[in-house]
Amino acid sequence: MTILVYLIPVALLAGGLGLSGFLWALRSGQYEDLEGAAERILIDRDERPEC
Amino acid sequence: MSCCAPGAEMALDLNGATSVLPSSQEIRLASRSLGDDLRQTDLSVPTVHCAACIQTIEAALGRLDHVESARVNLSTKRVAVRWRGDEVPPFIAALGRLGYDAHLFAPEIDDKDKTLAELIRAVAVAGFAAGNIMLLSVSVWSGAEGATRDLFHWVSALIAIPALAFAGGIFFRSAWNALRHGRMNMDVPIAVGVSLAYAMSLYETINHGDHAYFDASVSLLFFLLIGRTLDHVMRERARTAVKGLSQLAARGAMVLRGDGARDYLPVGEIEPGMRLLIAAGERIPVDGKIIQGTSDLDCSLASGESTPKNVAPGEAVQGVLNLTGPLTIEATAAAKDSFLAEMVRLMEAAEGGRAQYRRIADRVSALYAPVVHLTAFVTFLGWIAATGDWHRAMTIAIAVLIITCPCALGLAVPIVQVVAARRLFENGIMVKDGSAMERLATMNTAVFDKTGTLTLGQPRLVNASSIDPAVLAIAADMAAHSRHPFSKAIAGFAAAGGQHKFDAVTEHPGFGIEATVAGSIWRLGRRRWAGWKARTDGESGHGGTVLTKDGGIVASFVFEDALRADAGAALAQLNDAGISVEMLSGDTADACGDVAGILGIDRFVSALLPSGKAERIEVLTKAGHKVLMVGDGLNDTPALGAAHVSIAPATAADIGRNAADFVFLRESLSAVPLALDVSRKAGRLIRQNIAIAIIYNAVAVPIAILGHVTPLIAAIAMSASSLLVIGNASRLQGFVPDEPRRTAPPDRRSHTGTLAQPS
Repeated sequence: MTILVYLIPVALLAGGLGLSGFLWALRSGQYEDLEGAAERILIDRDERPEC
Repeated sequence: MSCCAPGAEMALDLNGATSVLPSSQEIRLASRSLGDDLRQTDLSVPTVHCAACIQTIEAALGRLDHVESARVNLSTKRVAVRWRGDEVPPFIAALGRLGYDAHLFAPEIDDKDKTLAELIRAVAVAGFAAGNIMLLSVSVWSGAEGATRDLFHWVSALIAIPALAFAGGIFFRSAWNALRHGRMNMDVPIAVGVSLAYAMSLYETINHGDHAYFDASVSLLFFLLIGRTLDHVMRERARTAVKGLSQLAARGAMVLRGDGARDYLPVGEIEPGMRLLIAAGERIPVDGKIIQGTSDLDCSLASGESTPKNVAPGEAVQGVLNLTGPLTIEATAAAKDSFLAEMVRLMEAAEGGRAQYRRIADRVSALYAPVVHLTAFVTFLGWIAATGDWHRAMTIAIAVLIITCPCALGLAVPIVQVVAARRLFENGIMVKDGSAMERLATMNTAVFDKTGTLTLGQPRLVNASSIDPAVLAIAADMAAHSRHPFSKAIAGFAAAGGQHKFDAVTEHPGFGIEATVAGSIWRLGRRRWAGWKARTDGESGHGGTVLTKDGGIVASFVFEDALRADAGAALAQLNDAGISVEMLSGDTADACGDVAGILGIDRFVSALLPSGKAERIEVLTKAGHKVLMVGDGLNDTPALGAAHVSIAPATAADIGRNAADFVFLRESLSAVPLALDVSRKAGRLIRQNIAIAIIYNAVAVPIAILGHVTPLIAAIAMSASSLLVIGNASRLQGFVPDEPRRTAPPDRRSHTGTLAQPS
């Protein structure tokens, strides 16, 4: 049962990482244009740099 | 335009009719500085809707000089253009050439949706906490004992604290706010239940108890937040789309100073007495009096009259579009006292009646909350009386509070409304909020405006086939020089061969266009002015649009205002649905009678003032009718506000669209019966969902009262009821509205009648 001492914090840490990743994505505006993001993958941009 | 064809074509159509390019001063005024000489202008482009559109727009704008970058936001249908330099790059014109109708987007209403961001963060935190606590709880349920169980409970308690503080804060604040004002809302039982459950669980944990309710209290928050977020997304999204469609009001005007200097001032700084220069094609921003120049004004949005009005010095003008000649006007009122502002006030006054409408969810919760609390409290008293064990009584009372959690109820209404709004959106109808659908489902009288709603508000040439094509081509080339609606209708018949060579073309505001070709004078315009040799009197001596050569009439043109596509079918469907239809208009009795005759409308009132429409609706309301108002003009705005529920076409005036509950983007009027259909269906599903939630409680609550509910059962029951409600709502997705299926596009000309009399 001592393994729980490691496993529980590890599980929480992993979950916490995911949560903070989500919050970061939210703050950096990645959810502001969901439809646009879905359509943009269809655009070829060989010569055009990311804007 | 590949896949965008239908939408973009509509844009071109509208473009031809209403769009006015804002001047570069206006664009500069509407842009904001990002520092370091960089400026950003936000444009609303309602017709962007696929990857090809994004690529076309971003590539085309990126190629313009001085443009740093252009970024399309497809969800909000906006384009953010960053540019440098003193010269404003011609991006609106560039978009226009691509077939996208672009409008300046006022930065002041572009505040980011903070509530949504907060709700999504709360959902994320609650979801994270619920998931982890649930994992730990499953271990406890499957037999963890002693120290392990206590450890798990303690970890759960720790995880639950931030979740309650952050995600629960939304409910605690709302509940506290309601209680402080002596009201009850759905958030009160949630807040009480969640915090009691947490306190009780903590007590159990400290005393090495068997059961803790951390999982229940957090997953409850999780489910409720999902419902709340869906509700919010639906309302906000439609609202921003409605706001962003187009901005018709002028943002400023060129002011002529006493010393001859010209300044471009924002509308807010224009004061009475100032002299404004209004070029042909510009909007008149404030009420004023003409001191110089003659022109034709498009008053259709303001008064509902479809024929342009001829104006001369001395006449008063208000908030309309200047079509043909430059004008100098003297402002007689500041923007806040103008006709536009007056409409806003009338609308706000009228909307008071509608504010009393309470949403189904609120009505249910008003009953629900006291019943839940009373049940829990009585359970508590009952168990104390029966066993004297206050600890056990408390546990059971909390179980009752949790199992009656309005989880399903919290999801029941928004989930249906989100699915319904999505369906309407796919059909080109935007809904402002959920209560609009509830109100639409109960309406029984529909009131239509004429110009711009039943009709398109654009004249169409109807006798083209009886005019010699060569003559028509000459007229079309001349007409291309004017913005007058009749000219636009004629210009559409230009020959493919190309331009005629005119030596000189001049527009005489209020009269027509004059061109000289090889020594002879051609005129296109009013009969009296153009046909000076053929001075005829009699039936058409006072008006009519003609083409003349050296004063002799070569051709005369007859115009009609075309009916909106499917107007007849839409009205018939409304009749079938048991709804009585009425028409109100500011236009003349003749014009109204013609439309009413074609569409088979029995009741109509003509030549109404804006307040007259609102009064008529109040009369109907007093008589017990639930009125739907469909209108587009500024003059309809008070009526849109006064009606039980309202719909406006996307071509409506800005303020009209903001006043309306629904906005339909396509030309077809069948949007009205479709919205009614979906709303009624959604209303039925909402009632079913509420019934499911209540039946669930009727079964679960007695079990909880008797003390047989373990945390596992409570969690499963709660989730199951929520899933059932979501599943029921998704039935709307497969629902096909019974609209008439068309095999061919509607032929507008077959629906027309002589409505607009040539002036």
